[in-house]
Amino acid sequence: MTAAADKPRLSREHMLDLLKQMIRIRRFEDKCAELYTQEKIRGFMHLYDGEEAVAVGVIPVLDKRDRVVATYREHGQALVRGVPMTTIMAEMYGKQEGCARGRGGSMHLFDAATNFYGGNAIVGGGLPLAVGLGLADHMRGNDIVTACFFGDGAVAEGEFHESMNLAALWELPVLFVCENNLYAMGTALALSESETDIHRKAECYRIISEAVDGMDVVAVEAAARRAVHAVRESRKPYFLECRTYRLRAHSMFDPQLYRDKAEVEARRHSEPIVRFQQWLETNHMIHPEDLPRILAEIDAEIAQSVAFAEAGTWEPVDQLTRFVYADAAVPAGR
Amino acid sequence: MKQEPIKTEAIEITYREAVREALRDAIKRDERVFLMGEDVGRYGGCYAVSHGLLAQFGPERIRDTPLSESGFTGAGIGAAMAGMRPIVEVMTVNFSLLALDQILNTAATLRHMSGNQFGVPLVIRMATGAGRQLAAQHSHSLEGWYAHVPGIKVLAPATLEDARGMLWTALEDPDPVLIFENVMLYNMTGKLATDAGPVDIDKAAVRRPGRDISLIAYGGSLWKTLEAATTLAGEGIEAEVIDLRSLRPLDDATIMASVAKTRHAIIVDESWRTGSLAAEVGMRIVEQAFWSLDAPLGRVCSEEVPIPYPRHLENAAIPQATKIVAATKAALDRA
Amino acid sequence: MVEFRMPSLGADMEAGTLVEWLIKPGDVVKRGQVVAVVETQKGAIEIETFQAGRIDKVLVDLHSKVPVGTPLALILAEGEEKPAVATAVPPPAAVAPTAAPSLERPPMAPARPVSPVRPRVAPGTQVSPAARRLAQERGIDLSTVTGSGRDGAITYADVERRAAEVMAPAVPVAPAERKRAPTLDLGAMRVAIAAAMARSKREIPHYYLEHQVEVTACERWLAEKNATLPPEGRLLFGALPIKAVALAIRRFPAFNGFYRDNKFAPSPAVHVGVAISIRGGGLAAPALHDVDQLPLDELMRQMRDLIQRTRAGRIRGSEMSDPTITVSSLGERGVETLYGIIYPPQVAIIGIGKAVVRPWVIDGAIGPRSVITMTLSGDHRVTDGHAGALFLAEIGKLLQEPEKL
Repeated sequence: MTAAADKPRLSREHMLDLLKQMIRIRRFEDKCAELYTQEKIRGFMHLYDGEEAVAVGVIPVLDKRDRVVATYREHGQALVRGVPMTTIMAEMYGKQEGCARGRGGSMHLFDAATNFYGGNAIVGGGLPLAVGLGLADHMRGNDIVTACFFGDGAVAEGEFHESMNLAALWELPVLFVCENNLYAMGTALALSESETDIHRKAECYRIISEAVDGMDVVAVEAAARRAVHAVRESRKPYFLECRTYRLRAHSMFDPQLYRDKAEVEARRHSEPIVRFQQWLETNHMIHPEDLPRILAEIDAEIAQSVAFAEAGTWEPVDQLTRFVYADAAVPAGR
Repeated sequence: MKQEPIKTEAIEITYREAVREALRDAIKRDERVFLMGEDVGRYGGCYAVSHGLLAQFGPERIRDTPLSESGFTGAGIGAAMAGMRPIVEVMTVNFSLLALDQILNTAATLRHMSGNQFGVPLVIRMATGAGRQLAAQHSHSLEGWYAHVPGIKVLAPATLEDARGMLWTALEDPDPVLIFENVMLYNMTGKLATDAGPVDIDKAAVRRPGRDISLIAYGGSLWKTLEAATTLAGEGIEAEVIDLRSLRPLDDATIMASVAKTRHAIIVDESWRTGSLAAEVGMRIVEQAFWSLDAPLGRVCSEEVPIPYPRHLENAAIPQATKIVAATKAALDRA
Repeated sequence: MVEFRMPSLGADMEAGTLVEWLIKPGDVVKRGQVVAVVETQKGAIEIETFQAGRIDKVLVDLHSKVPVGTPLALILAEGEEKPAVATAVPPPAAVAPTAAPSLERPPMAPARPVSPVRPRVAPGTQVSPAARRLAQERGIDLSTVTGSGRDGAITYADVERRAAEVMAPAVPVAPAERKRAPTLDLGAMRVAIAAAMARSKREIPHYYLEHQVEVTACERWLAEKNATLPPEGRLLFGALPIKAVALAIRRFPAFNGFYRDNKFAPSPAVHVGVAISIRGGGLAAPALHDVDQLPLDELMRQMRDLIQRTRAGRIRGSEMSDPTITVSSLGERGVETLYGIIYPPQVAIIGIGKAVVRPWVIDGAIGPRSVITMTLSGDHRVTDGHAGALFLAEIGKLLQEPEKL
C-alpha cells in the first residue's frame, strides 16, 4: 500500500456513501427502538446513536479477509461490515433465519462469511479473543488485520491490560479501537479512571497510539487508514481512541440518572450525521435530491428486513440442545 | 505407585514423561499445534512436563506467557477459532479461576451463541489436586465445577496410557477440552507400550472387575481406590473399580452396568463433598439404576474445610484408601 | 388512527406509571418526539412516539400504573379524518409470527411404575429396591423373610436365600454343608405358590383356548423308537409336546418371554418350564434350557434328571427363574382338560390333558384315534385369541410329525 492510499478519498461519491452508511445505522437503530417497545425485540439492546462515525470510518478501510471483534453495542459494526440487514433483524427477533440462528440476539451477532466474531456481552471479553486471532495470523505469517472494538468501560478490566501487554510483547497485528463515549453504562469516565486519556494507557504498553475526534467521520477514516496500513505493514498492534458520544441511553431500560439532559442536547447539535451533512452542504457536495433518495433506499431496506424478520420462523424446541458440541444433538438429560 | 506390568514391548516411564511424549508427538505431527502457558519454555514447566521442549521446538511453538491467565486463555480461544490448535497450559486449576470468564463465557458458549458458525478446538491442560502440603489456595480439585458446563469436555487421565493417549484425541476434537492432571501422579512410574497411541475420551474403564460393590473414582483417587480394593479382597470383598476417565460426558452405560451387577456403589472424588461430581454420579445412579440398589449409595470426598497445611491434617481432609475401605464395609454392613 | 401504547423498555419491565403528558389532544407530533414521561422501577423515562400525526385522544389517566402494551393515546395520521363512529383500530404491529413457539414439555424418561402389589412387610421394615423386585418375581412373601441388613433391612441376599429355601436350597458350596441332606420346606412352598398364583390371577388378564390334537402318530412313533432303546433311555410322551411347543415358539415369539414394568420383553432363548408335582403337595415348574435346540433324546434325559432333582429338593436357582413359558401336564393319571394359571412374569402356559381314545373323522369315515386336549392360557395384555389359536394349531401340526421333533 502506498502513502496515497492512506488519504481519504474526498470524492462526492465516497462522501455520500459515508453519509448513507451513517444514516443507515441511525435509521436501523431507530427502528429497533420502536420494535423493542412493541416487544418484538426482547432482552437487552444497546443502540449506537451518535457513534456511527467510528464504525463507518474504520470498517470500510479493512479488507474482506480481515477480522472484526465487537461488543454488545455492535449493530453498527455488523451493518457496515456487510452482515445482511435481514439476518441481523431476524436475529434480533430470535428467528432461526437470524445470523446466529436466533440463538444469540442483539448482543451476539456473528457472521463467519464476513469474519465478524461477535457480539460479546462481557465487557473486555473480546480483547483476549482478538489477541488470539492476531496470534494465529502472526504464527501463519500472513497480512491479515484484526480490528477489535470496545468501549471506555473495558479499559478498567484486567483483560484489557493483559491483552495490551500480550499484543505488544508478541507483536500481534491487532488494531484496538476504543469507542470512548465517556460513560461505562452509568459511570462517567472521570469517576472510574485515574488516567482519562485512554490512548495513553496503550502507550504505556509501547503500542503506537492515537486519539481522534470520533464525531468526525472523515477524521476517523483518515486515522483508520493510517492505523490499518501500519498494522498490516509492521505486523504490530495499533491503538485508536475515538472520542465519541452516545446519544441514547446505555440500553433501552435506562433513565439516564447519571447525566444531564442539557449535556445530551448539546451533544446532539454536533453529532456526526448532523455535522457531516452540514459540511457536505457547505462544500456543495450534496444536492437536493440526494437525501430523499438515500432515505428512501434506507427505509425500503429496513422495511424489507422487518418483513423478513416477521416472516421468519421459530426454531423447533426439540432442537434445543443442538450447537453445544460439534457432534449430533446431545439428548436431553445427559 | 506402580501399575501392573503389560506384555507388549514396553518401557519404564513416568506419568510426567508420558504427558511430555504426548506433547512432543502432537507438536511434531501437526504444525498447527503449539503449547502456551506460564513457565512452559525456559523454566521447563512448573511440574517439568515440558522440560526440553523449548530446545526442540523453539519459542514460537513453546510459548512462555506473562502471568495473564485470562489474557492467554482468551488468546488460545481466538487462535483456535482462527485455525490453530493451541494447547493452553494453566499452571494449576487454582489459577484457572482467573480465566474462568474466558472458559465459560467464551470457549463454552461460542459455538452456541454463533449458531454453530464458530467452534473452539482448544485444549487446556491444568494440574489439580492436593497432597503436597501446599495449603488452601494451591490444593483445589475443581474438575467437578468445569464438568457442570455444557459446551466443554472434561478429562481426568489417571493411567500412563491415558496420560499419553488422551491429548491427541482432545486436539482432534472440534470443541474445547480440559485435561486435568493430578499433581500426585506426575512421579508415578510404570510400563507403557512403546507404540501406545491415542485413546478414546468419552468412556469409563473397569480397572478391576468385582461383584460385591462398584467403587467409582477418577484421577488421583483412582490409585487409592485400587489400593483399597486390594485390602478389601483380603477380607473377602471383591470390589469392582471404575475409572471415570471422562468427567464430561460421563459414561453412564459403564457405571450402570456395574451397579446392576454389584447392587452397591461408592463414589470417590477429591472435591469437597457438597455439590461434588460425586453427587452428580450418585444422582444418575438413583435415576437409572434405583431398582438394582441393595443399600444406600456412599461417597468419599474431601472434608468441608480449605485444605490445611500440616501433613496429618491434609491427609485427614482428602480421600484415603483407609476411608474407602471403611465406607465399603459400611455399605455392605460388614463394619 | 393508531394506538400509542405503553412501550416495553426493558427485559424486566412489566408495567409503567404515566406521570406526565408532554403533549395534549390536538398537538401534531413527529416520529421520535418525546410525548410523555413514565415512572419505572429504575426511574422516570421519557417515551417517544414512532408514529407521526395529530394526537386525537388521551386514553389513560395520569398516575395510573398500566401494563406494557396498554393503549395510552390515539394518533390520527396526517390527512386522516377522525371517523364519525369508533371503528376497529388496526393493530400497529406488523404480521404476527407465523408460528408461536410451542412450549413443549421436555421428553421425560418413562417413569418406572410403583408395583401395584406391595409385598406385605411389618411396618418399619426396610426393604431395598433390589430385594423388593426379586421378592415380587419369585413370589416370596416378604413377611417371611428375615432381614440381615442395617437395622434389620431386607436385602437382595436375604430374599434369594428365602427363595432357595422355599424351592430347595442350591447345591451347597462349603464342604461342611455337603453332609446335610437338603430339605424341602413344603409349607413355605405352598405359601410361595399361593402368593404367585394369587398375583397371577390378580394382575394377568387370562384368556383360554382349547384344541384337540390327534396323537396317534406320536404314539406309533414312540412305540417304534422305544423298541430300540433301553428302559432308562426310553422317551416318554410328555417330551413331545414340550419340544413341539419350543419349536412353535419360533413362529410365535409373543408367547415366550416376560411381562415386566408394563411391557413385554420377548426372550431370545426358549426355556420351557415343566410343571412337576412333588410328593406331599408341592409343585414346581423349573426350566429346561434352550429346548428348541435339544434333540429329543437329550431333552428326555434332561427332563428325567430335572424331575428327579426337583423331587429330591435339588433344583438350581436359575432353573426356577429362567422359564420363558411353561407346559403343564397331569399325565396318565390326570384329567382330559387342564387349564393352567400363568406363572408371572411369563405370559403363557400350555396345559396337556391325558390321551383319550375318541371317535375321529378321517377321510369321511369315523375311526378311533388317540386324542389329547391341549389348552393355552394366554396373557391378554400381550396376545389375543387369534394369535393363540394359530399357536395352538401350530403345536398340533408339529405333533403330527413326531419324527421331525
